Amino acid sequence: MTDHNSPQGIRAEAIESLLIDKGLLSAEVVDAVITTYTERVGPMNGAKLVAKAWSDPAFKADLLADATKVVNGLGFEGGQVDKLIVKECGLMDHHVVVCTLCSCYPWAVLGLPPAWYKDPEYRSRIVREPRKVLAEMGLELSPEVRIHVWDSSAEVRYLVLPLRPDGSEALSEGELEQLVSRDSMIGVTKLPSL
Amino acid sequence: MSDNLLPLSGPDSPPMANGEIIFEAPWQSRTFGMAQALCLEGHYSWDEFREVLIAGIRKWEMQHQGKDVDFQYFDIFLDSLMQLLSDRGLLQSDAIRDRIDQYTARPHGHDHSH
Repeated sequence: MTDHNSPQGIRAEAIESLLIDKGLLSAEVVDAVITTYTERVGPMNGAKLVAKAWSDPAFKADLLADATKVVNGLGFEGGQVDKLIVKECGLMDHHVVVCTLCSCYPWAVLGLPPAWYKDPEYRSRIVREPRKVLAEMGLELSPEVRIHVWDSSAEVRYLVLPLRPDGSEALSEGELEQLVSRDSMIGVTKLPSL
Repeated sequence: MSDNLLPLSGPDSPPMANGEIIFEAPWQSRTFGMAQALCLEGHYSWDEFREVLIAGIRKWEMQHQGKDVDFQYFDIFLDSLMQLLSDRGLLQSDAIRDRIDQYTARPHGHDHSH
């Protein structure tokens, strides 16, 4: 799961554990920094896209047709995307994103990738046995739902447009944004009904 | 927080591609998070960290001039963090070494339960 056996991984882990032992730092603060940094350019941008797509059919059509153009037109901090494709989940179709080669990830809309996204086990198994891997991650999909696995590369990044949660019909776009999790936009979780 | 973000341009900017910082391993984002967190906790200013980092990058460039060696930004980032912690008396370098030895001796697979 981790890279704690690489020399640099061990050095980083040793320093972090010493800092924690001495009360100079807590793992939570480190996590919080990474999260804050992530959210600067991160999932909030993706969540905006998703909430807007749920609220505005014309925007959704544009996003599904050419997400690269839409996203670059919005001028998100974190740089331009070269090629972004949005895949919409339906009742019978589920989408999930991986990068089998390394850890290509739509940074501009999702921020820093979670550690498991880079894990060799996730990268290899999600392609071979997606239903099983998703179930292990807490997402049980019924057998009739088709699962589509999208392999990111340096050239093409994918973002999943999750199903709008049941019970969210009356919510504003701003309220919807708060519901959208990073993992739902990678496709490893579904948004719970309200 | 926003004032303490890693600059995305300049001599000490991290490796980027397609608008992204490239973290090649979890320890890299972890190290990056530690360096920022220590600064937020007031153990040093971000400029102080950057000075050490920039000096580390310059030193690496001088040592490797004309040699065919890949520049590993986060290796220098980690070295810089260790150096600053030791300079500030926050961590003793022998304590770091002991802990590294201890972790290196762990059997393979020790962390597979989480």
